[in-house]
Amino acid sequence: MDDRAVFRSRWLPYALIAPQIAITLVFFFWPAAQALYQSVLVQDVFGTRTEFVWFDNFRTLWNDPLYLRSFRVTAVFSLLVAVIGLAIALLLAVFADRIVKGAAVYKTLLIWPYAVAAAVAGVLWLFLLSPSIGIVTFWLRQLGVNWNYYLNGGQALTLIVVAAVWKQISYNFLFFLAGLQSIPKSMIEAAAIDGAGPMRRFWTIIFPLLSPTTFFLLVVNIVYAFFDTFAIVDATTQGGPGQATQILVYKVFQAGMQALDLSGSAAQSVVLMLIVIALTVIQFRYVERKVHY
Amino acid sequence: MSRPVAAFLRAASAVALFGVALSASAAVEIQWWHSMSGKLGDKVNEIAAKFNASQADYKVTPVYKGQYDESMAAAIAAYRAGNPPQIVQVFEVGTATMMAAKGAVKPVYQLMAESGEKFDPKAFVGAVYGYYSDTQGRLLSMPFNSSSQVLYINDDAFRKAGLDPAKPPKTWPEVGEAAAKLKASGASCAFTTGWQGWVQLESFSAWHNVPFATQENGFGGLGTRMEFNGPLQVKHIATLGDWSKKGLFTYAGRKDEPLAKFTSGDCAMITTSSGSYSNIKANAKFNWRVARLPYWADVAGAPQNTIIGGATLWVLTQKDPAVYKGIAKFFTFLSSTDIQADWHQSTGYVPITNAAYELTKSQGFYDKNPGFDIAIGELNNKPPTANSKGVRFGNFVEIRNINDEELEQVWNGQKTAKQALDEAVRRDNEQLERFQKANQ
Repeated sequence: MDDRAVFRSRWLPYALIAPQIAITLVFFFWPAAQALYQSVLVQDVFGTRTEFVWFDNFRTLWNDPLYLRSFRVTAVFSLLVAVIGLAIALLLAVFADRIVKGAAVYKTLLIWPYAVAAAVAGVLWLFLLSPSIGIVTFWLRQLGVNWNYYLNGGQALTLIVVAAVWKQISYNFLFFLAGLQSIPKSMIEAAAIDGAGPMRRFWTIIFPLLSPTTFFLLVVNIVYAFFDTFAIVDATTQGGPGQATQILVYKVFQAGMQALDLSGSAAQSVVLMLIVIALTVIQFRYVERKVHY
Repeated sequence: MSRPVAAFLRAASAVALFGVALSASAAVEIQWWHSMSGKLGDKVNEIAAKFNASQADYKVTPVYKGQYDESMAAAIAAYRAGNPPQIVQVFEVGTATMMAAKGAVKPVYQLMAESGEKFDPKAFVGAVYGYYSDTQGRLLSMPFNSSSQVLYINDDAFRKAGLDPAKPPKTWPEVGEAAAKLKASGASCAFTTGWQGWVQLESFSAWHNVPFATQENGFGGLGTRMEFNGPLQVKHIATLGDWSKKGLFTYAGRKDEPLAKFTSGDCAMITTSSGSYSNIKANAKFNWRVARLPYWADVAGAPQNTIIGGATLWVLTQKDPAVYKGIAKFFTFLSSTDIQADWHQSTGYVPITNAAYELTKSQGFYDKNPGFDIAIGELNNKPPTANSKGVRFGNFVEIRNINDEELEQVWNGQKTAKQALDEAVRRDNEQLERFQKANQ
């Protein structure tokens, strides 16, 4: 099965991928190298004095119980976002798949939140749930619920999980819907003829056949929760109260942009880089291999 | 190339050249990066326009660069990239960082002396001048917007609770009693505070003349270490923590967020920046007044004086020293009495020169706007001591974050005041050590 295009020229393939390579080098490899270099230095903020300190910055991180605690917060947050986000998206996708009338309208509406920038999503939820000006806060108070995420860590975590999940459901929904539509109808019909009810059909046929999609989405969602939720946290809780919503990526920002500790911040981002590399390896080794329909 | 096209290109290049020549012969540009948004930003533009109209050699261009921490980070990044702005507005929290950046900044006293501009340190309000000068008493950055901490009360809520708003609580125990009555009268929030680390720890310590940190609160050098876990601060934070449990104190955020709860009529009392005056005036739909920051009457010598917050203008080192003369001229213009009095009256920041204060007073402004001079009165209450000159720390932004985090855990009952303040001191000291290491 040789359907590949063959280039006759020796340099043409390289010329064609050169722009992509150049962009990758300039916007990904160069900053990554800079972060690596910065992470082994100690520098004053203006960069006038620089000292090479080997792995001191990393040692400081590992000796900081609050940094390790931030790992736990991030893990809890990511799992909640991934599991809740996937469950709701799958439910919506199953229903949307069955709908005959007006399917396009439902699908469009469900995909909509994906177009919202993370910062905007954060502000949106802030206006609903801010302890001082939120409209939902007002209703909750009338119901006797004391909603104040400035004080209550559980509520703060709930808020950022809800905002992050809301934004990611659309993406998950799209993939689940595509996955559902690629399952041969004949298999499901055969099971129905054999007497399997809808629940049985879902759990024994549809769900296993969706598992490559689910696993792929799980990895993508964890990466999303790890790295793309900065804006939501910044717009709402800013890591508080205490360190209840201090996720790793927010700590990088705080160290670099607020504490102006570029080296410590660089060390943290190197740690994050290792995590994302590990997740990518997992994805390629296990997921790519299993995606067969 | 066709003829019309060639002609057009010639004309275009002539215009371009002419344009370049024009801007080269015109005024030297002075970029002023600031963080004044909304009405304050309009006022900044107005000041620059007035200066530009007053002479033709220099042109000040104000650029809004986001909030304080953002504009500071932007200026530092620009400096590192070799293209810094001429002037950047830096909040008091960034003062130690800027001061440690020898070579990157041009001290104001030096700038003024070299440019031959007349400059009188005594013209400035002492508390303001002292905060921004080095150990030899030389001014390093140009004071611009300074504020202090005051108590605002909702008169209507006070009357409803059977309290006399003409006698606002003077001491913290009185605040507690008033809060209890307000709560009993149905107020959903009796008392809240903005900028908790600044109001309830930093200025609180100065107001009671107790040390916040060693070496004159950091004015004495980089070896300073925190000591705000003393008995008085612990007692105060424990009291607030107790009020939080009883529902007398409602925590509503780290920075300015609590202000909205006061202006909406939700909270009856708030301790926050005097710079909030114009905001409250514009938004509050009830009778209100300003009072002095409460204190503990059992502390000898209290109240001492409050400390300032706000920002100053720092001059960054320039490749071409010719521009310094223009910056010096602009600073002279900026600190002139008319400009300062107008800035004070239209924004609610404290007057930073004595002349601006006197002028405002002689104009009868304080009679028409009662409470407007309370902040300056607190700053000048007594001659500042080593404990009340101000505070100066490296990595201060992070230190404020840490203190916020620890205080929050007192408010929600996870830690006792003693535990939280001890932990805050320990974590702050790590930051101070790191700063010392990077700058020695």
